[in-house]
Amino acid sequence: MYEASPLIPRNRAAHPVPYDPGYKTSVTRSPNLPLLSLDSTPSEETGPRFGHNMIGALDNNLILNWTKGEAPAVGERILVHGRVLDENGRAVPNTLIEAWQANAGGRYRHVKDSYFAPLDPNFGGCGRTLSDDEGYYQFLTIKPGAYPWPNRGNEWRPAHIHISVFGHAFGQRLISQIYFEGDPLIDRCPIAATVKDRGQLDQLVAPLDMAMAKPMDFLAYKFDIVLRGRRQTFFENRPEGM
Amino acid sequence: MVQKLTTLMETPSQTAGPYVHIGCVPTFAGLGGIYPEDLALSPITDAAKGEIVTIKGSVYDGTGWALRDALLESWQADARGIYPGQPGADPGVTGFCRFTADKDSGEYTLRTVKPGTVKTRDGKVMAPHISLWIVARGINIGLSTRIYFGDEDNDADPILARIEQRPRVDTLIAKPEGDGTYRFDIRLQGEGETVFLDM
Repeated sequence: MYEASPLIPRNRAAHPVPYDPGYKTSVTRSPNLPLLSLDSTPSEETGPRFGHNMIGALDNNLILNWTKGEAPAVGERILVHGRVLDENGRAVPNTLIEAWQANAGGRYRHVKDSYFAPLDPNFGGCGRTLSDDEGYYQFLTIKPGAYPWPNRGNEWRPAHIHISVFGHAFGQRLISQIYFEGDPLIDRCPIAATVKDRGQLDQLVAPLDMAMAKPMDFLAYKFDIVLRGRRQTFFENRPEGM
Repeated sequence: MVQKLTTLMETPSQTAGPYVHIGCVPTFAGLGGIYPEDLALSPITDAAKGEIVTIKGSVYDGTGWALRDALLESWQADARGIYPGQPGADPGVTGFCRFTADKDSGEYTLRTVKPGTVKTRDGKVMAPHISLWIVARGINIGLSTRIYFGDEDNDADPILARIEQRPRVDTLIAKPEGDGTYRFDIRLQGEGETVFLDM
């Protein structure tokens, strides 16, 4: 589906700064020179679409998907849910959302993670889903644990779930992290602190949502995601020279 | 006082971190089998029409070290310049590919069909190009750039024309090495820094 209207230029003030000495790895991995800012073209306004036939029945259930439903993962059972919207407040339906995270002890199932908290034999740590026609999505998972990482002398990441969202245009592509309400490590985290606008950092913190918790089963956290929107095109296609 | 704007702010980006592969390329992380196969291993099927090309390169940090933990994604039109999903698009081209730097060498490989030209909204013809998006530990917001081809006519491309410092245009052009292979190295910072786009 090709939607012809251009993307709203990205408000870079909504995002983290690329260079932040507090997050040491960014020092050598951030461009020195300014980005080249231009109107979007069809190359940015189109993007891949993924179908429901790709998604398995347990793909958004991280408690059960690693064992194919045979045994549940250990930890605090939570529902993470919300809507994918664009900057105009419109729902973004049928878009792929991927999530990955550490287990309840803060250990990732990745060949390069050597933290001595043990792996959970019943937890893989990745999931995916498509938003529905109203942009709504949900994952059932285990609340991840905090974990240490080599940055400054005694650095610990707050509990977080990584998310990747596609939208309908390659220019909407976004990867971010979900934090959890009340976590005291958020204010100590140099990665969270790369977002300089406090209101924007708050947008990454999922509130406890008792209305969606299931009694005697799981707690819930709500996390809405906002992607770039499209500009209205009242005056477009101006001839050369105007 | 004035009316309130009803537009929302985009969710802020955060780094993909060192374990991005768990969620995006589970087989690379050692989680093979969680899905039938990893997403978007190739942007084409065997039925794709057009010239098959292979692009290789590395992503270098500001010290000249090739990243071993980068995740790259590409998006492109088919050989006639039609994007997947648009009317008349080649069903053999899915257009989207996700690939990693090799964990030992840091080199990536993208095998695809060379895209055709695409027009901008005001009718200017963009030279064949592949859009590229790069995320990794230390990159707080994904970096966008484009791969153009050294054996195509890039002189009239409206995006390349907007690069003021002409020597920097070369950072977006893949160098042909014969037999349909190209070299496209990405330098995140410092000498020869790749042009990154905000579009």
